[in-house]
Amino acid sequence: MRLNLTVNGKLYETDEVWEGESLLHTLRERLGLPGSKNACEQGECGSCTVYLDDVPVCSCMVAAGQAEGCSVRTVEGLADGERLDTVQQSFLDAGAVQCGFCTPGLLVQAHDLIERNPEPTDAEIRESLAGNLCRCTGYEKIMDAVRLAAQRKAVS
Amino acid sequence: MDFIRAASLDDALAIKAQRPDITPIAGGTDLMVGINFDHTRPSGLLDLTSVPELAEWSESSGVIRLGAGVPYARIISELGEHLPGLAMAARTVASPQIRNRGTVGGNLATASPSGDAHPALLACGAEVELASVRGTRRMPVAEFFTSVKRNAAEPDELVTAVHLARATGPQQFAKVGTRNAMVISVCAFSVALHPERAEVGTGFGSAAPTPRRAADAEEFLSGELTSRGMWDDPRPLPDTVITRFGELVAAAAAPIDDVRGTASYRRHALGVLARRTAGWTWDEYLTGRQTCA
Ligand SMILES: Cc1cc2nc3c(=O)[nH]c(=O)nc-3n(C[C@H](O)[C@H](O)[C@H](O)COP(=O)(O)OP(=O)(O)OC[C@H]3O[C@@H](n4cnc5c(N)ncnc54)[C@H](O)[C@@H]3O)c2cc1C
Repeated sequence: MRLNLTVNGKLYETDEVWEGESLLHTLRERLGLPGSKNACEQGECGSCTVYLDDVPVCSCMVAAGQAEGCSVRTVEGLADGERLDTVQQSFLDAGAVQCGFCTPGLLVQAHDLIERNPEPTDAEIRESLAGNLCRCTGYEKIMDAVRLAAQRKAVS
Repeated sequence: MDFIRAASLDDALAIKAQRPDITPIAGGTDLMVGINFDHTRPSGLLDLTSVPELAEWSESSGVIRLGAGVPYARIISELGEHLPGLAMAARTVASPQIRNRGTVGGNLATASPSGDAHPALLACGAEVELASVRGTRRMPVAEFFTSVKRNAAEPDELVTAVHLARATGPQQFAKVGTRNAMVISVCAFSVALHPERAEVGTGFGSAAPTPRRAADAEEFLSGELTSRGMWDDPRPLPDTVITRFGELVAAAAAPIDDVRGTASYRRHALGVLARRTAGWTWDEYLTGRQTCA
């Protein structure tokens, strides 16, 4: 089938999308946007988190056809050209990235958290990131990164 | 496989009537797992996220009509006061990303014994609204679950809404699992006090082939509260009453051993959840009353 959707502000028109494929598959395999990671394919790990019409979702759980006419923002769409988003810079500065596989999903989810809740408590950060699995860091550096990003956004 | 986006409810019902084999998709959080892993290969998908009527809720004369396609995240943010039990259950589902997509309609249609909305819907005495081109009907949620992962919808029907009274008393939901998120419940329990009719509602999950009410426990607790005059003059609940309530809830269960827990653990844990949640609701009823007086 044919699919029209806007990703990171750019309109894409794609043909031959399989009716049962996930939005994640479309993004990675058809639109050349491999930032969103394919890890569990069952909504458990959060590595494929993207904004779908401004709401963070696991793109592996969205059928591509459901995104027809929608606006998607992936991790590739967080930075402003060469300038990283505050959340991305904070993950780097806090050392919250090890193998990096979970990072794109965490960045989108943390970005949304701080947009909605500029001063999250630790409990709120943990609850918000409960669906993003990281097997390297033990999460402490990720907590640091989100706190840092919230502080930086508050003063900027 | 084909993919059809329904533009309206009428459109969706017409398609379902013509193609009873077509698989509706709402949040996709149950269905896409099966498709991604090639466990299910539907003949076609009927997208319901494009149907505006399913994504709304409304209130009339104290009854909430909750559209089948309202995601959990909105139940939590918009209906926490109206439907506290369901909102609490919604908050325990999966993760924020899944709650942004997953719906009560999908939970009902999947009809898993472990679906977290079910105990709360049972405790509130909810009715399921089903629609087809032949018309609309409603049934008590307890009758909707027919056996393991089976429900009473006909092949041409869609779940369009649930109807449930706005809370008139405290409600609780609790579940047992290995962590606070992303957990299919080992067992789950919900209780609701309905002071205006001097009744107690219950529902439990993951402890029988279908989600169920614990009718004997409901009758026992409401009977005790009524005979002791405690609806109008609330006093602390005697331990013996709470203990018996827990025993009756555990006795209503018919659990099995599986990877998540043994039958005897489930029965035990369900009794514990029943005692705790009954205590919490009654404390809230007591303190609510005291602050009013
Ligand atoms: C990682 C993860 C964690 C989860 N954790 C939990 C949990 O903690 N608790 C829990 O209860 N569930 C959990 N689930 C399961 C799932 O999220 C819920 O069952 C959810 O309510 C399904 O809703 P949906 O809209 O996504 O359904 P979909 O996947 O879109 O549909 C599910 C089924 O219902 C049918 N359907 C959907 N809407 C309708 C309708 N209106 N009329 C008729 N048929 C319909 C579909 O055809 C399909 O068969 C989890 C899922 C994932 C992926």
